[in-house]
Amino acid sequence: MTNSSSVAPEIQFANLEQQGDTAQLGIWVFLVNETIFFGALIFTYFVYRISYPQEFAAAAKDAVLWCGSVNLAILLTSSLTMVLAINAGAQGRRQEMVTLLIVTAALGCAFLLIKGYEYYLDFQDHVVPVVDFATKPGEGSAGELFWIFYWVATGLHAIHLMIGIALVLYMLLWRIRRGEIGSAYYAPLEVVGIYWSFVDVVWLFLYPCIYLVGRS
Amino acid sequence: MSVTTVERAASVEPPARSQPSYLTSGNTIASWLLTRDHKRIALLFLASITFYFFIGGIAATLMRLNLATPQGLLQPAVYNRMFTMHGIIMVWFFLIPSIPTTFGNFFVPLMIGARDLAFPRVNLASWYVFNLSGLVVLYALIMGGADTGWTFYTPLSTVYANGYVFAAAMAVFINGFSSIMTSLNFIVTIHRMRAPGMTWMRLPLFVWAIYAVSIVMLTATPVLAMDTFLLAVERFIGVGLFDPNHGGDPLLWQHMFWFYSHPAVYIMILPAMGVVSELIPCFARRPIFGYSGMTIALMSLAILSFFVWAHHMFVAGISIYAGIVFSLMTFFVAVPSAIKVFNWTVSLHKGSIVFDAPMLYALGFVLLFTVGGVTGLMLATLAVDVDLHGTYFVIAHFHYIMVGATVSAFFGALHYWWPKITGRLYPEMWARFAAILTYVGFNLTFFPQFILGYLGMARRSYTYPAVWQSWNLLSSAGASILAVAYVLPLLYLGWSLFRGLKATANPWGATGLEWTISSPPPKHNFERTPVVVTEPYCYDPERHTFVTQEGVLHDE
Repeated sequence: MTNSSSVAPEIQFANLEQQGDTAQLGIWVFLVNETIFFGALIFTYFVYRISYPQEFAAAAKDAVLWCGSVNLAILLTSSLTMVLAINAGAQGRRQEMVTLLIVTAALGCAFLLIKGYEYYLDFQDHVVPVVDFATKPGEGSAGELFWIFYWVATGLHAIHLMIGIALVLYMLLWRIRRGEIGSAYYAPLEVVGIYWSFVDVVWLFLYPCIYLVGRS
Repeated sequence: MSVTTVERAASVEPPARSQPSYLTSGNTIASWLLTRDHKRIALLFLASITFYFFIGGIAATLMRLNLATPQGLLQPAVYNRMFTMHGIIMVWFFLIPSIPTTFGNFFVPLMIGARDLAFPRVNLASWYVFNLSGLVVLYALIMGGADTGWTFYTPLSTVYANGYVFAAAMAVFINGFSSIMTSLNFIVTIHRMRAPGMTWMRLPLFVWAIYAVSIVMLTATPVLAMDTFLLAVERFIGVGLFDPNHGGDPLLWQHMFWFYSHPAVYIMILPAMGVVSELIPCFARRPIFGYSGMTIALMSLAILSFFVWAHHMFVAGISIYAGIVFSLMTFFVAVPSAIKVFNWTVSLHKGSIVFDAPMLYALGFVLLFTVGGVTGLMLATLAVDVDLHGTYFVIAHFHYIMVGATVSAFFGALHYWWPKITGRLYPEMWARFAAILTYVGFNLTFFPQFILGYLGMARRSYTYPAVWQSWNLLSSAGASILAVAYVLPLLYLGWSLFRGLKATANPWGATGLEWTISSPPPKHNFERTPVVVTEPYCYDPERHTFVTQEGVLHDE
């Protein structure tokens, strides 16, 4: 199937095993940094959520619940297809790997489309700070803080997802096409998969913060 | 200290160079700008940070010129911009990248016996991102600068300041990615790329220090990244999470800022500690005292650095109970710091000390670090801080740590490794003169500031009562001496590049793996992967011998 013997380790590594091992540790260390990056944002959210519980609950009622929920389902599914793609790659089933990666990227795009539609609904609802914001009853001036958090958090998450989609396309159009990913060496695909799951997990935290807390 | 080899020491001079040195393999501009060689990237970083060191130095010169007379020379607004840009440039564009990106980049792979860092492309990208952020900060500076102080306190920075705060904050934000990429590379490299036999407890303390600092960089920088990102959003659109008009809390900015910026002090000092731990055993010709204690102290400093940030905010309106806890935690930091100072001191005992320039810088480091550390404890005391907060006492304290200690260690490292980096020896007498001049100039500049702070002179003030002029004049005069001491190495090191004597592989008789290969090193460092059989610093002051980490015995 795939001819992985053409892949030679880079000069600083003794063999491909060490290279793959190192790449994996690299992405995990990077994700420590990413976790703290989003953690700092979610921390500010909790500081204000605790300071202004009623105002935040009132503001959060305007978040479009169905969009967030459908997107959660989509992202979780995309993580599944991503893991299956890595599994297929590791076992040398190239066609299956390619198909699953295309599905993964497509699910990522679907998330962004729904997110875009949600942004459109938000515009209609006048919840865009500065540009078009109407204070709703009960949310006071702190309600705008919720929406600043909403736009910053979902915007940063969307940027991360776009990078994820770009990485999957890079795998498909470059690394796999050149036969560099196969049963002998699939660390690059695994690294992309770990990153993809991280973007998924970020949504797992943002979703309850934005859509669920205080809504009953 | 010439190396006369005994029978087992045949490998100290590689017999014939089978591959060209990293400096001569490829001479095109592209071969430098697109290099993946950690040694060349280190030199690229060295050029960049030297540039910013002198830019930040010019701002400091203008400040000291202004403060030479009570009424001042500069417009107050210009003075505000000068101290802000001095702080931003010196902190993020010199001190934080200084030792890790240059000597860390160059020597961590050499010391652990690797052919390169784990991710050479990420390493190069780090340099480009650093320069991108540098261009943004230069843009902010040339357009007129920011005037918020390097701390960007809200709501001054978001609402009231008129300068280029957005550009300055974005520069800091982008700069963070460079730090993160560099630290990630070091962590992974030290975990995965060590030569056979190079166990954790055989790592040179410099590598341990770089490991500790990388962990701090990796975990603290994202908080600053998020903080400056939120600041930039607020500055850009006019409403944000720190805006009191919408219930936002300006203190939250300070908490998040210091959650990074206190560990940032340790980002500056930990690599310097690593350098000094290399220099002192080498020039005292005896093993470091308490190696494992040193590693534990480094790691506890890295961890403790995350639990003391609010000692910058004792008078900002935090609760008294929080103040007590943070004061106590700050005192805990003194324990590992003192362990290190005692161990360096004891490492001199019964040594056979050589006062070469790197050693003079190292001894200067220990003395200045001690003064800075002890005055830090004075500031950590709640009642004293209420009086001294925001005075020149604070300025003097942190300059003793950041400039006195870190920059001394930087110059010590530069002299110690200069023969390895360039293959040339520098003129020793000039270097000793510069080292002593640095120490004298530094103390003349900053010791008067302790007294001024005790008398009550406020920091960030462009003017002061005329009775304090003699102390200020003394400080400005010291600054001019310090400036000479910092420019001097540029001249004689530059001279040595062309006229200096050729360096042997191991001019200091040191034990690390970096000294077992030729000077300057070949492109891929090691022709065969070295095998490590012993701990570092096996110097014997009585028999005048040393054993490299590969287990080869040499006479001095």
